[in-house]
Amino acid sequence: MSDKMVEIRWHGRGGQGAKTACLLLADVAFSSGKHVQGFPEYGPERMGAPITAYNRISEGRCTIHSNIYEPDYVVVVDETLLTAVDVTSGLKPEGAVIINSDKSPEELKPFLAGYPGKVATIDAGRISEEFLGKNIPNTPMLAAVVKVSGVIGEEQFLADMEQSFRHKFADKPQVVEGNLQALKKSMEEVKVGS
Amino acid sequence: MAIKDRLSGNEAVAIAMRQINPDVMGAFPITPSTEIPQYFSSYVANGEVDTEFVAVESEHSAMSTCIGAQAAGARAVTATSSCGMALMWELLYVAASDRLPITMALVNRALTGPININNDHSDSMGARDTGWIQLYSENNQEAYDNFLMAMPIGEHPAVQLPVMVCQDGFITSHAVENMELLEDEKVKKFVGEYQPENYLLKKDGTLAIGPYGISAYYMDFKMQQVEAMKQAKPVILEVAKRFEELTGRSYGFFEEYEMADAEAALVIIGSSAGTAKAAVDQMRKEGKKVGLIKLRVFRPFPMEELAAALSKVGVVAVMDKAEGFSNAGGPLFADVRSALYDLENRPKAINYVYGLGGRDIKTTDFEAIYEELFRILKAGVTGPVYRHIGQREE
Repeated sequence: MSDKMVEIRWHGRGGQGAKTACLLLADVAFSSGKHVQGFPEYGPERMGAPITAYNRISEGRCTIHSNIYEPDYVVVVDETLLTAVDVTSGLKPEGAVIINSDKSPEELKPFLAGYPGKVATIDAGRISEEFLGKNIPNTPMLAAVVKVSGVIGEEQFLADMEQSFRHKFADKPQVVEGNLQALKKSMEEVKVGS
Repeated sequence: MAIKDRLSGNEAVAIAMRQINPDVMGAFPITPSTEIPQYFSSYVANGEVDTEFVAVESEHSAMSTCIGAQAAGARAVTATSSCGMALMWELLYVAASDRLPITMALVNRALTGPININNDHSDSMGARDTGWIQLYSENNQEAYDNFLMAMPIGEHPAVQLPVMVCQDGFITSHAVENMELLEDEKVKKFVGEYQPENYLLKKDGTLAIGPYGISAYYMDFKMQQVEAMKQAKPVILEVAKRFEELTGRSYGFFEEYEMADAEAALVIIGSSAGTAKAAVDQMRKEGKKVGLIKLRVFRPFPMEELAAALSKVGVVAVMDKAEGFSNAGGPLFADVRSALYDLENRPKAINYVYGLGGRDIKTTDFEAIYEELFRILKAGVTGPVYRHIGQREE
């Protein structure tokens, strides 16, 4: 069980939706038949303060209830955290860090404390503005995480997300299409460096 | 068919409450249990329950509301944490001594000094002598299951005691995990109606609840509470058996994990037991005979059963997520070591206080504890019994 377990750590700032994205990932992984954990780490809660959230995704139940210190993947929802938080701490070299940024992986590599693994970037803010009309980067980030980690099949992910959007936006179906486009665009656009 | 879902611990307990549809809820919000009355109040507003939700101005009033309602003959619930329960303090004793089987969802959080919102067991451990039954949960499923079993235990005619159902603040209350729910009608059937023999609104009964207990009677009241706590033990097991028939999930006073041939064991409560199980799995792969006991029922304390379960091990570490400042170990250690005293060949026992105010404990910490237990076993010397783990400096 633990051999197949995928552990993900999210870094964001309070109010940006990192916790929401973490819980969304738990939702979609659950829908695809996995065992999931999605939990935020609570510190002094305030808008803009660095926050952390975690996912464990596995075939069988995971009983561990500690934070994640050696993640397979790290997601950075706010690029400015790169100089404030050691985001790649404990990150497995065979994993990847996925950063919300308009820069290339090569440009960000110097800020990653010599992390030897894969660096991926996605301009989730721009995609979100383009398709949703405002900067709410968490759904495009989620798509990039699914693409890079392969933790859920892409088709399955898109189908589950469509269902979840149709449910969530039952009273405003016009936003469903924009959200789906944002996901697809993000999966196409995510840049994976070496 | 069970309903598969993924829910946070708070959602799970709120759903259990909705399915039970109690008569009264008296609650005041406090982190990290706030979501329970919050979700529940939406069920009230949507007409999914016909509970009288009493939005009080303090936890003291929340418990007073529950006491008044339960004494009148209603089924009352509340949810709280930490300082919220501390403000209920005198009423906790009133509820228990008036033999009112109120059900409390306690989301464990550290008590202030310095102020902290994260998990430890200082709130419920401080309330260990109030006369409430205490059930603890490792994960969201257990928080839900324990809540469903609480009323059949507390309301049993031989028991009639309040029950607090504890889960770890944030660690399970705010973590989404897979779990299984029962259908509403199955829950209603399992929990049943509250049918007290005597209550204030009974038409032809004359009853006083909570009168002055002079010295000529007070101790006899206490003896009745003692007897009720004793009677709770077989009832807890009966209810667990009935629950297992319904769900397939088995519960007792405690869970024994890899204990059959264990040489070194832990006794632990709550969510960290799951983390410790992963350490046990890892060390078992390396051929090390380790196991653990996860205590579900702390009050009444299963003294004889626990002693029997630990009678074969060489050494045990008792894990306390509360600091009692006794200078002699935490509250769980005091009870466990006392239980071991009557064994012919009792194991060596040490105490670790851990996880205070949300300090994280990892699988590797548990592996280090087991290694220390093996060192003690090999050397035959216990060394210091009262220890702490996870602090910055030794």
